[in-house]
Amino acid sequence: MITYALFFAFACFGLALLLNLYRVTVGPNTSDRILALDTMVINVIALLILYGILRGTAVYFEASMLFAMVGFVSTVAYCRYLLRGGIIE
Amino acid sequence: MELWAEIVISALLVVAGFFGIVGSFGLVRLGDAMSRLHAPTKATTLGVGSVLIASMIYFFAADGTVSAHELMISLFLFLTAPITAHFIAKVHLHLHERPQSLPRPADDLEWAGFTAEAPTRGLRKPEPETPAD
Repeated sequence: MITYALFFAFACFGLALLLNLYRVTVGPNTSDRILALDTMVINVIALLILYGILRGTAVYFEASMLFAMVGFVSTVAYCRYLLRGGIIE
Repeated sequence: MELWAEIVISALLVVAGFFGIVGSFGLVRLGDAMSRLHAPTKATTLGVGSVLIASMIYFFAADGTVSAHELMISLFLFLTAPITAHFIAKVHLHLHERPQSLPRPADDLEWAGFTAEAPTRGLRKPEPETPAD
């Protein structure tokens, strides 16, 4: 039963990644592209943890923690660059 | 693994997939940039949180150990999602909107960020030269 639910969740998050990729490519504004990239990072975290459940190992938690941190820092850095013209003032 | 754990994990995974797809579908479907901000920052965060809770219950039911990694990841995501949403909204307001194109705030105030000391169009004002002593 868990396997079916896992593959359902895999399909949902994969489809979500494709929708985000659509918004990255055609998104009319820069803010839409940043938002879509941030959502892609969150969906990839979900996919990593789902893969960890499928394999039954806890190895992928560190990878997803790193993904969360790097995604947050990169989003804030990109927004700050656009807002202020520099990241570290 | 016991039956109750399988049922709870499967239900959480299905709910997570549903919320994940709702968040990303709203990102594509909604028409306005400020409306588009709502779907991923709320629904997708809820979906990832549901995946993390499912993972916690899975490893508790399979190994009998409580792992704190998922709690750390979900706490980090729930803390950072409003901050990124705030930054993206500010980028949108500064790059793609004018103060005249926004609805008027109450009480004859100005929107935060459009006051006099805000930088214009993302360009930083040069620092004034400090005279050497």
